[in-house]
Amino acid sequence: MHEQSIVESLLAIALENAKKAEAKKILRIYLVVGELSGVVQDAVDFYFGFLSRGTIAEGADIMFRHVPAELRCRNCDTIFMPDRMNLQCPKCKEQQIEIVSGRELYVDSMEVE
Amino acid sequence: MSVKVLTVKEDVLGANAENARANQELVDKHHILMINIMSSPGAGKTSLIPQTIKRFKENIRIAVIEGDIASTIDADKVSNLGISAVQINTGGACHLDANMIRKGLENLALEKTDLIIIENVGNLICTAEFALGAHEKVMLLSVPEGDDKPHKYPLMFTEADVVLVNKTDVMPYFDFNLTAFTKAVRGLNPTAQIFPISAKTGAGLEAWFSWLEAQLKEKAGTA
Repeated sequence: MHEQSIVESLLAIALENAKKAEAKKILRIYLVVGELSGVVQDAVDFYFGFLSRGTIAEGADIMFRHVPAELRCRNCDTIFMPDRMNLQCPKCKEQQIEIVSGRELYVDSMEVE
Repeated sequence: MSVKVLTVKEDVLGANAENARANQELVDKHHILMINIMSSPGAGKTSLIPQTIKRFKENIRIAVIEGDIASTIDADKVSNLGISAVQINTGGACHLDANMIRKGLENLALEKTDLIIIENVGNLICTAEFALGAHEKVMLLSVPEGDDKPHKYPLMFTEADVVLVNKTDVMPYFDFNLTAFTKAVRGLNPTAQIFPISAKTGAGLEAWFSWLEAQLKEKAGTA
């Protein structure tokens, strides 16, 4: 949904880091994306394609590392991965949860030359 | 030419978070309470906001920042109440971001304002991701949308400080289980305030007004 803004920020981060390292070209950008961040890979690729045109990131590949959603039951402390959008604890059947992971959205590293 | 690996570890929304912090610092300087109202399209933001303005406008100075994909209809409604309103057309983007709010704040007389109401773009996904710098996040859900929304949009319900359940007047016609809904919201967010309201009939609005009044008093106390 909001991939255009995401890609604008992503590109700014990539270009700034490349500049600091005096790189001539960005080859790959490793992006960590949590399942709950709502970021869709196809949409990121699509926006990156035209937003990066004319920059040293043009033609770079965005490598996605998906992080699954992990929840913690506040009732019995069980850590579980939700089955689709079922937020019920598989052990005690309570629905009192805390998000442990799945909200990540960061540039982990880049390959440049 | 040799390939180099650069470690980056930078949050993609980091710049937005920085801008949001700056926005909050700016409104804090003027002892303003800023709230961010988020909902799906059609949940009733544009009914709730005028009701809230009418209740408070005699006693406090209110301004509204309206986020909209392209029109000025909502801002016009608010301006008709004699309130300063800034319209931000996101140009198709599905949410407001902190930078847009910054521009909105630049167009308001902050020294003459006590409360800023941000009407976000109708959307339950993106709006939850982009911090704006508001002190309180208010999520408005309407009965026809269904009581399963906390399961579909866990992030929004985790982030909200207040959840308003609007259109309770049509509750008899929908299978909306308020008890199950409350349980699901509390499951994600034990401290969220939940107020069932009808912006149309006015039912339940007093509880929302009291809550807002308490926040305003707390903010004024810092002056």
